[in-house]
Amino acid sequence: MSGIWIWVEQRDGEIKAIGQEMLGAGRQLADSSGQSLTALVFGQDVAGVARQSFDFGADAVLGCDDETLAEFRVEAYGPLVAQLAQQKNPSVILLGATTRGRDLAAWVAAQLNAGLVADGIEFGLENGTVKVTRPVYAGKLLAEVFVKDNPQIITLRSRAFAPAEPTGKDGQAEWVPAVVGEEEIRTKIVGFESSQGDVSLTDATIIVSGGRGVGGPEGFEPVQELATVLGGALGASRAAVDAGWIPYDHQVGQTGKTVSPDLYIACGISGAIQHQAGMRTSKIIVAINKDADAPIFKLASYGIVGDLFKILPALSAEFRQRLGN
Amino acid sequence: MKVVVCVKQTPSTTAVFSVENGNVNWEDPGDKPNVLNPWDEFAVEEALTIQESQGGEVLALTLGPESSQEVLKTCLAMGCSDAVLVSDDAFEGSDTLGTARVLSAAILKSGDVQIALFGKQAIDGDTGQTIVQTAQKLGWTPLTFVSKIAEIDPTAGTITVERLLEEGRETVTAKLPVVIGVVKEINEPRYPSFMGIRKASRATIPVWTAADLSVEGGAGAEASQADWSKVYALPPRESAVEIIESESVEEQVRILVERLFEEKVI
Ligand SMILES: Cc1cc2nc3c(=O)[nH]c(=O)nc-3n(C[C@H](O)[C@H](O)[C@H](O)COP(=O)(O)OP(=O)(O)OC[C@H]3O[C@@H](n4cnc5c(N)ncnc54)[C@H](O)[C@@H]3O)c2cc1C
Ligand SMILES: Nc1ncnc2c1ncn2[C@@H]1O[C@H](COP(=O)(O)O)[C@@H](O)[C@H]1O
Repeated sequence: MSGIWIWVEQRDGEIKAIGQEMLGAGRQLADSSGQSLTALVFGQDVAGVARQSFDFGADAVLGCDDETLAEFRVEAYGPLVAQLAQQKNPSVILLGATTRGRDLAAWVAAQLNAGLVADGIEFGLENGTVKVTRPVYAGKLLAEVFVKDNPQIITLRSRAFAPAEPTGKDGQAEWVPAVVGEEEIRTKIVGFESSQGDVSLTDATIIVSGGRGVGGPEGFEPVQELATVLGGALGASRAAVDAGWIPYDHQVGQTGKTVSPDLYIACGISGAIQHQAGMRTSKIIVAINKDADAPIFKLASYGIVGDLFKILPALSAEFRQRLGN
Repeated sequence: MKVVVCVKQTPSTTAVFSVENGNVNWEDPGDKPNVLNPWDEFAVEEALTIQESQGGEVLALTLGPESSQEVLKTCLAMGCSDAVLVSDDAFEGSDTLGTARVLSAAILKSGDVQIALFGKQAIDGDTGQTIVQTAQKLGWTPLTFVSKIAEIDPTAGTITVERLLEEGRETVTAKLPVVIGVVKEINEPRYPSFMGIRKASRATIPVWTAADLSVEGGAGAEASQADWSKVYALPPRESAVEIIESESVEEQVRILVERLFEEKVI
């Protein structure tokens, strides 16, 4: 048994940020364990993704280009990965801990009766086994987890690993047929409404979030403005979401999204423990709050005590000037 | 139509943790250290909503120690028709796959179930794996991250749901039976009613053990494929906060922006 496999998540022929991160993480693991790196490339019209995977450092590409794989459906992707793993016996399969990656990993582990560790943020090798570090209990504790047998199936969090860089490498992909026919697939995707224009929270390097302190739906305008100036994503506390001021897909926290940007700016957010659960691993946290005793200041690197409606417009203006936009 | 909702008891969101010799302990400042997993409240609510529109029963199911029947009482108080505790020393220490094997056996034992509802994830391990793994073991279709059930057509045997993914909302139609994992947006969980609480307090909850179920493939610590032996507290964040003070807002933001450029996060 050997070989490190990674799943290159793509959409419409474009490698997603997480796919490039998995290529980076996989390369690191392959090099440190002296194994080869195989990229799994699935979809429809994905020859370009295969080529790019070589360029991003894969030693081999195992691909399947089929109509049934055009959209991600776990019933089509899962049996394919499971069958390939049975035939080729990789030691490790890495996937991004995205909505699709989590589903795929869980399916493959169940079908193969293999072990699975979710949501890793770091890994190392110990006696040939991968030691995965992952947050548990909403990030209040860390666990080091091993999978006892091969294949070791592991999902890794977005933005926890550096994306692979182009190497100029090229190669010949191995293409295999799909294993599940359309007539056996019990789901049909009948619509997709993209949240286009918005920067995805989990991929964002900068997030500006608003809480109950913004006071209403209009109160998000200066928060959004700063996010736009910085090219960042717009986040929110549960209080703001539950008040109906902003849709749920912006919610950060224990019952929302877990994010880990380079910069998290919390505006009018008190910093409840459940909010912290979703953002405490951010690199730099800035708190803007009129209450100097708000718990968010205990977590923050920088804080300004004051009215967000005065501070945010000034902050946007200052950034605009510095960034020349 | 019979609906099963799988729920788990977890530490409260405000629990404070300590680790001693690899054992995790927790206390809660509000003295309610264990709760119904918050994500599962949405699953219970959705199960009750389905019951209200389609008729039938809602069975709440948990795998866990004796003490976890508390969460089943909460489910009964919210309005679930029945509850079953699945509990056996042989199941203790299961990984998600072991849990999925036990839950799928329990779901099959529950009768003619078309929909099994789950929360998005349990806030202890935050893995969210059990849903798809249970579906795979049942041979049912998993539908995860569901933010809306748009339509259930029992005669055609189909269900249409919306799923909340990173780049938007997907609408998907699936053949029943299905295993559904729900996200918070799907509904607002009801509070237990006074009548419900009375009913729940009097209820005796049946217990299914390993002998009652035909679990295939093994469960419990022996069968667990993951070694979770090392757990430790998070190192505290190093830097104390720098509060930026100044005469004017303009000066404050100028200093802040300067710091953020120095930190190389812009
Ligand atoms: C099971 C469970 C799950 C939860 N999950 C989440 C979750 O995923 N995400 C989440 O965020 N919360 C979650 N919560 C809720 C959490 O406990 C808090 O209630 C919530 O985070 C509070 O939001 P907030 O900080 O916006 O509001 P508040 O706590 O009301 O804070 C508002 C802050 O704004 C400040 N403010 C007001 N006006 C101004 C102004 N003009 N300028 C500057 N500052 C101002 C105030 O000083 C205050 O600190 C959960 C709770 C439970 C029980
Ligand atoms: N022991 C259990 N008993 C019943 N349901 C469970 C159990 N563990 C997990 N679940 C269900 O599976 C979902 C996902 O859990 P997890 O995969 O542990 O994050 C939870 O929200 C529950 O609905």
